[in-house]
Amino acid sequence: MLAFFSATPKKTCIRAIKLSIFALCLIPFIRLILLGINDNLGANPIEFIERSTGFWALFILLATLSLTPVRLLTGRVWQLQLRRMLGLFMFFYACLHVSIYLWLDFSFDMNEIAKDIVQHPRILVGLAAFMLTIPLALTSSNAAIALLREKWKKLHQLIYLVAIFAVVHFLWLVKLDIREPLFFASVLAILLGIRIYFKYHQLR
Amino acid sequence: MIFLKQTDISSAEITPKAVFENRRHFLQQAGFGLLAASSLGYSKLLHAENRLGQPQKTIEANHKLPKLPVINKTQYGEGEKLTSYKDVTSYNNFYEFGTGKSEPAIESKLFKPYPWTVSIEGEVKKNKTISIDEIYKLAPLEERIYRMRCVEGWSMVIPWLGFPLAQLIKWAEPTANAKYVEFISLADKQQMPGVNLPILDWPYIEGLRMDEAVHPLTIMAVGLYGEHLPNQNGAPIRLVVPWKYGFKGAKSIVKIRFTEKMPQTTWMKAGPREYGFYANVNPQVAHPRWSQSTEKRIGTGLFAGRIKTQMFNGYAEQVGQMYAGMDLRKNF
Repeated sequence: MLAFFSATPKKTCIRAIKLSIFALCLIPFIRLILLGINDNLGANPIEFIERSTGFWALFILLATLSLTPVRLLTGRVWQLQLRRMLGLFMFFYACLHVSIYLWLDFSFDMNEIAKDIVQHPRILVGLAAFMLTIPLALTSSNAAIALLREKWKKLHQLIYLVAIFAVVHFLWLVKLDIREPLFFASVLAILLGIRIYFKYHQLR
Repeated sequence: MIFLKQTDISSAEITPKAVFENRRHFLQQAGFGLLAASSLGYSKLLHAENRLGQPQKTIEANHKLPKLPVINKTQYGEGEKLTSYKDVTSYNNFYEFGTGKSEPAIESKLFKPYPWTVSIEGEVKKNKTISIDEIYKLAPLEERIYRMRCVEGWSMVIPWLGFPLAQLIKWAEPTANAKYVEFISLADKQQMPGVNLPILDWPYIEGLRMDEAVHPLTIMAVGLYGEHLPNQNGAPIRLVVPWKYGFKGAKSIVKIRFTEKMPQTTWMKAGPREYGFYANVNPQVAHPRWSQSTEKRIGTGLFAGRIKTQMFNGYAEQVGQMYAGMDLRKNF
């Protein structure tokens, strides 16, 4: 962890950091499988899995978005190497989240799903967030970056929209106790605020 | 394993409480260990996830409640598969004990449902109070197996113990001015941690029109599964109105008030667009958050899918005529 704060850790050190973050990101997934095997997902297992995968997708998304502010505030750049892995883990949990919704929750009943999307703005905005992550995941390879160049940068700015939609999706799910979504919203506001501040002042 | 979960578990087949509590304890510790690690040090965040449910020991273990009198079986709910005791008592909406589904079972452990009195006031011959002991003797207790449909799109089948609310209303002697009945729940900051948060306008208030209140399906429940109500299910006395969304069933009632005007209920105040006074289960009236045309039956496992929600939760034949001529889209 100390390496995290030093200016530029050694290459082997970065690899170790990457590996441990990879392992950390898998824990929520493994936990769900273990809980499932032991019939310990509670009375409403589908809701539990939906909540859990959604929570971690959003959590990892915010972690991804925090790497640039770290650069802006400290001038360090090595942590940007974690961006693709974190982004793809976000996509992984988002895919699980959406699959559980379509498959276990709605048994691919397209009629009911269409109704759910039309009647409930929170589903619509959540779906929009997920759709927007697909082109980002598809263009995450080095080849795509090389091919798209400047366009790649533009395209990947969609992530800000994804984050805003995802937070709104969570906010609209909660009946009254909005403490958690509000926490995510504040973190997102801070992360975007730092970017805007530096862009405006052109400090770095 | 959840994949092999049987859907038709009778109450006799349920794992003995001691066994699953033991197993849960171990798994919970393992689960929380992983959780703590994966939270990257921010344990508060975990709150956003459903915390693992923890079934509550039966109330008798904590409090000395009088034995429930003889219970008459009824025809209600024939052919329905009961939701397990464990699910009924570990997945609750009872905001006085926290907004998470598993919080009430944990946070209500020290709650004292006995002794208890209910005061009767408003449009009545004279104000009076009745103790829970007197309530137990007011009418013969019946077992009523009812479907319970939550506004959030899930449902259970619960074997309640109770008696028709009409019996209590008869005892209360309302005047001719009484057009509505208001139910007021306990809001005790000492015993109910959720009440310290201004999430709802405490105390919790629910209400019924007089004809709904005296309808034979409407009961005051004092138990479930042959035992006293567990704290998290609204001990010692709660309202059960099976054709309405679950939130109409006020829990831990301390006051019943008869009124001439329609009461403003807690959820009406919290979200007038989302929650109406009637709150009849109605698959045709959409809710801004949850699907109301289908529901997830709790306890049917991961792969069972959803079932169609029925008009008035399947009690249309008995209650439909009370709403004849009313626009149920407006009076939701």
